[in-house]
Amino acid sequence: MSEKPRVGVYVCHCGINIAATVNVEEVVEFASRLPGVTVVRNYAYMCSDPGQQLVREDIENENLNRIVVASCSPRMHEITFRRTLQDAGLNPYYLEMANIREHCSWVHPDSEEATPKAKKLVSAAVSKARMLEPLEEKEVDSERTAMVIGGGIAGIQSALDIADAGYQVYLVEKSPSVGGRMAQLDKTFPTLDCSACIMTPKMVDVANHPNIELMTYSEVEEVNGFIGNFEVKVRKKARYVDIDKCNGCGECADNCRVKNRIPNEFDANVGKRSAIYLPFPQAVPAKFTVDPDHCLYLTKGKCGKGPKCQEVCGTGAIDFEQQDEEVEVKVGAIIVATGFDTFDPSNKPEYGYQDYPNVITGLEMERLVAASGPTGGELLIGEGENARKPKKVAFIQCVGSRDASVGNEYCSRVCCMYTAKQAHLIKEKVPDAEVTVYYMDVRAFGKGFEEFYDRVRREGIRYVRGNPSEIFKKDDKLIVKVEDTLTATPREDEADLVVLAVGLEPRQDARGVIDLLRLSQTSDRFFMEAHPKLYPVDTSTDGVFLAGCAQGPKDIPDTVAQAKGAAASAMIPLSRGKVKVEAQTAEVNEATCRGCGFCTEVCPYSAIELKTINWFGHEVNVAEVNEALCKGCGTCSAACLSNSIQPRSFRDSQIMPQIAALGVKS
Amino acid sequence: MSEQFEPNIVAFLCNWCSYAGADLAGTSRTHYPANLKVIRVMCTGRINPLFVLNALQQGADGVLVSGCHPGDCHYMEGNMYARRRFRLMKDLLEYLGVDSRRFHMSWVSASEGGKWKEVVEKVVDEVSEIGPFEQFKREKINW
Repeated sequence: MSEKPRVGVYVCHCGINIAATVNVEEVVEFASRLPGVTVVRNYAYMCSDPGQQLVREDIENENLNRIVVASCSPRMHEITFRRTLQDAGLNPYYLEMANIREHCSWVHPDSEEATPKAKKLVSAAVSKARMLEPLEEKEVDSERTAMVIGGGIAGIQSALDIADAGYQVYLVEKSPSVGGRMAQLDKTFPTLDCSACIMTPKMVDVANHPNIELMTYSEVEEVNGFIGNFEVKVRKKARYVDIDKCNGCGECADNCRVKNRIPNEFDANVGKRSAIYLPFPQAVPAKFTVDPDHCLYLTKGKCGKGPKCQEVCGTGAIDFEQQDEEVEVKVGAIIVATGFDTFDPSNKPEYGYQDYPNVITGLEMERLVAASGPTGGELLIGEGENARKPKKVAFIQCVGSRDASVGNEYCSRVCCMYTAKQAHLIKEKVPDAEVTVYYMDVRAFGKGFEEFYDRVRREGIRYVRGNPSEIFKKDDKLIVKVEDTLTATPREDEADLVVLAVGLEPRQDARGVIDLLRLSQTSDRFFMEAHPKLYPVDTSTDGVFLAGCAQGPKDIPDTVAQAKGAAASAMIPLSRGKVKVEAQTAEVNEATCRGCGFCTEVCPYSAIELKTINWFGHEVNVAEVNEALCKGCGTCSAACLSNSIQPRSFRDSQIMPQIAALGVKS
Repeated sequence: MSEQFEPNIVAFLCNWCSYAGADLAGTSRTHYPANLKVIRVMCTGRINPLFVLNALQQGADGVLVSGCHPGDCHYMEGNMYARRRFRLMKDLLEYLGVDSRRFHMSWVSASEGGKWKEVVEKVVDEVSEIGPFEQFKREKINW
């Protein structure tokens, strides 16, 4: 170290968040007696501009060369204060933070406990700060391309925005068509726009956009690299149809030997399809796909005298020899828009979803009323000759939401309104139907929601406050057993159709995405954003952003807004063309390295290699760190037998003084 | 001892999961004992077993290492190395005649503020029970 450390310590009050329990004056007095400390100040809000100005002025006037800010978590404001140092001409890595808010004042309400702990934390931070070193922030080129995972409305919107800005986008969708959940909906609340009418033009846009490469029926297999330079392996699953030849005529599906025998996922399994199928008429791309789990030829190796689809296909597009294809692309940023699954109501057996065909989910209802649905938009229950219009319809809200018994404590945000919308649609289709909604609370929080809820009630929809305890069958009628909690009256109401307003859950395969991109989950199991308020689309992995319901339940306007936000954030590295690489990388001491190579084996990024150097006339092996690959985790350092490899900013020589400071008995 | 023994515990937390989990405990205003103080490292894989011994030498009565759940490591596999290393650490401590309950390891994710509180309470309880640690006592080292 070239110069003697002159440490400035800044103790933040954070309004009263810290000052109410930590005696700031006492901490200041304590800090001023720590070795190397030149200036100690306290201020109401260190992160505010006047607070940062204090630091900048002191660096200049007092010639400070190390800064300790005792305030909130470094995960919150480390970057803010690094910038402050940089503005004042000091290397940003001369900063150390003492977390006296999240780890102290907020968790220890007793000042007698909080103040001594705050002192210790400050003392540890000062001890480390004295040993800090200046680091250089390097930049590498960023790819000017992005990948969007998930082709629902969130993914489509993100992809369109990035592509419109002039960057190449790879849009990966695992099902045969883009569209996602929004394409399954009939009308959208509260405006009653037809979902398909506003969705399909966007679907066509992504397919035709010169900057978008649409990869449907494809899955991301592997992601390597880092922000600006991700290498992504995508597996394009075999469709068994040559999409260049397929003209979408549908002859194949009409002639399939298992026609209308396979539940159609797109219709929430209400309708049926063939083994070769187009998920829905407006699918993009409008190309057929063979379902390998149900196709007779692919599962049994035999389909009559030969697959009929192949026989009738006029363009010869069907190719059972087709194999999965792997492609590798390089992108600068990734947007995760993988969406949601609806709650499976068989986890609430009291509602009899598995026992009674006339107990259905909200999504099934959506397909039943949709003009493109299996009934052509006619609301019918029962099959064949018995098909009839329901006269008494019951909706049950909060099925799988706000319910700790199924592990979902959160509100799914859309069910109150989609129930109101479906109730309205039923009244439209069957005007004399009696529609009752059983609810806990109605949450009509969005723009136009309350007005819509009012309108629906005026249309004669009955709202009964109560959470039904059971649905059972009496003769041929379903009975909803419930207590009206506003009048404290137990009721048993008849219904011919019960719609369960199922909540939103993370995708079943969310785990795979987490492993691919090293994401975290919040306690509701949705993907976690970097900060719930200030970084709502960022994740803990730089260069990976979240859009839509993958991050948490939301309605379409919120999803689109977030998708646009994620697109804007993803475009930052794309438009700069450069990204900062980790400065806190590992460094090798060639004088003591014995070339054993343990570090090369444990490095998760293969960032270390052995090289041969001439050491006073001897050829010896030493480790060498590739700074572009190193992420600074420090795993190498703990494995090193001779303490010869050390992560910058987390060296033994920087951590040991912290241990000493905390170890001292107070 | 007339006063109740208040152990001094040093914790090493990884930046991405456990440190964030402890932050969440703070943001949610959960309350837990103040005996435990945290040193932040980027990954539990960084934690040299010597840190643990050193903390005990410097006057800590107990040590906690906490990181991401196995499989959730921000650096893919750092916590796996930590898991093996500190499994051995417990044996080493036993061998040295140190009650291995002075050393704890836990997995706390960024969303488990509640679990962090439980971990702290458990560690503090167990170390309080064993009493002060004097075995490694030596003169203070000036680093």
